[in-house]
Amino acid sequence: MSIWERLSKIDRRIIYLLLALVIIIPIVFRIPSTVAVSESAQMAYDVLDGLPAGTPVLFSTDFDPASMPELRPMMTAVLRHAFKKKLKVIMMGHWPTGIPLSTIILEEVAQEFDVEYGVDYINIGYRPGAGLVMIQMGREIRSVFDIDITGEPLDSFPMMKPIHNYSDIGLVACFEAGDMGEIWARYAWGRFGVRIIMGTTAVVTPDIYPYLGSRQIEGLIGGMAGAAAYEKLIEHPDKAMIRMSSQAWAHILIVLFIVIGNIGFFMMRRIERIKKKRTE
Amino acid sequence: MRRQIPLLLTFLTGVAIIIAFFIPHRPFNEVQDILIDWAIIITGFALLLGVHSLLRKHITHIQRKDSGWGFSLILTFFFIGVFVAGIISAFQYKGYSLTPGSSLYFVYDYMVIPLSATMFALLAFFIASAAYRAFRARRLNATLLLVAAVIVMLGRVPIAENAFFKFLTRFSDWFMFIPQMAAKRGIWIGIALGAFAMSLRIILGIERTYLQ
Repeated sequence: MSIWERLSKIDRRIIYLLLALVIIIPIVFRIPSTVAVSESAQMAYDVLDGLPAGTPVLFSTDFDPASMPELRPMMTAVLRHAFKKKLKVIMMGHWPTGIPLSTIILEEVAQEFDVEYGVDYINIGYRPGAGLVMIQMGREIRSVFDIDITGEPLDSFPMMKPIHNYSDIGLVACFEAGDMGEIWARYAWGRFGVRIIMGTTAVVTPDIYPYLGSRQIEGLIGGMAGAAAYEKLIEHPDKAMIRMSSQAWAHILIVLFIVIGNIGFFMMRRIERIKKKRTE
Repeated sequence: MRRQIPLLLTFLTGVAIIIAFFIPHRPFNEVQDILIDWAIIITGFALLLGVHSLLRKHITHIQRKDSGWGFSLILTFFFIGVFVAGIISAFQYKGYSLTPGSSLYFVYDYMVIPLSATMFALLAFFIASAAYRAFRARRLNATLLLVAAVIVMLGRVPIAENAFFKFLTRFSDWFMFIPQMAAKRGIWIGIALGAFAMSLRIILGIERTYLQ
C-alpha cells in the first residue's frame, strides 16, 4: 500500500484514539479556550438582561441526560443570569426524563443566590401533551399545572398568585434537544405572542435559525459554543468554557483528518490517471 | 357505519379547531378547550398503549426464541425492575417518585444518566470517522459542502484570538444566518405545505389510511 493510499484509508481506531486524547487532555489539564460571542447568543443575553427585576421567566427543560453536557452548562448560565437580575423563575419541561435534571440544576444555582422556593422560583414539572400543554398555558397555567413537583397547589406559593398565563410571563427560555423549540415558536409565540429565547444542542441549532431570522424568537444560544459565550457574557466561567477547549481541538483534528484524506484521495486519483495514460 | 362515524368525527373536530383558530371567542374557544383537554388525556393513555406494544413485541420474541431474544429478555427484565422501583418510590415519596434518595432516582442517577450520556458521546467518534471518509472533494457540490463545513467548524470554536479566527467566526455567523437559513426556510415551507395538504385530505376524508 502506497503512502497516499494509507493517507486516504486511515484505520478508524487511530481516529478514535486521537479524538479521545484531544477531548480528554484539555478537560484533565483544564486548558482554557478562546470564546467568540456569536450575535445570536448576545441577542439572548440582551433580552434577559433588559427585563425588569421581578419579571417571571418560564424555563422549559426539553432535553434528557443524553444532551446534558451541552445544555446543562447553558441552562446553569442562563439561570445564574436570571437570579442575578432578580427575576422570578418558573421551571417546567416537556421531556419527563429531563425534570430530575432541571430540578438538580435549579436547586444547585438557587443555593448560590439569596432566593427562596415559592417566592423567587418554583418547579412545576412535566405534563404530557407538548403543543396542547402550551396552548392551554396560554389561557390558564393551572388548567394543566395545578400543583408543583412536590404536590403543593400553585396558589399556595406567593409568586404564582398573580401568574395565570403568558401575558403574566416576561419571557420563555427553553432548552431544546429536539423539535420542541419549534413547537414553542409556533404555539406560544404564534398564538400568544410570548417572547422566547432558546438554547439548543449544536445539532438542533441550524433548524432554529429561521425562527430567529423572522424574530419569532429573540435569541439563540447554540451548542457548547453558545453556552461558553453565555458564561463569558455573565462573567462566570464554568464547565462550558473548559469543555470548549476539547471541542475546539476535536474540530481541528477532524479538519486535519479531512485535509489528509483529501490529499490522499487527490494523489491516488492523479496516480491512477498517469497509469491510465501510460497504458493508452 | 364503522367508517362513516370516524370520518364524521374527524371532519367535525378538524373544522371546529380551524374555526376556533380564526374566531377565538365563545362558543368556539370553549369547544377547542374541551377538545384540547381530551387530547392531553388521550396523550397520557397513548403512553400506556406504547408500553403495551413494546412488552407484547418483546415477550413474543422471548417465547418464540427469535434471533436476539436475549436482548428482549434484558429489556423486559429492566422494564419490570424500573416499574417496580417507580411504584415503590411513588408510595414512599407521596407521588413524586424521582425525589433524591428514592430507588427510582437511584436508577435515574446511576443508569439512565450515564447510559444516555455514553450513547450520545459515542456519536462524536462515529461523526469524526464518517467526516474523514465522506468529505472528499470529488465534485463541485461536494467541494462547496466541504469548504462550508470546515469554515463553520473552525469558526464556531476559535482556538486563538487573531484576525484569521475572527474572520472565520464572522463568516460562520453569516453562513448560518443567510445561506443556511434560506435553505432551511425552503425546506420548512415545503414541509408546511405538505402538512397543510395532508391535514385537509384527512379532514375532508380523502386520506383514510389512519383508519386501517
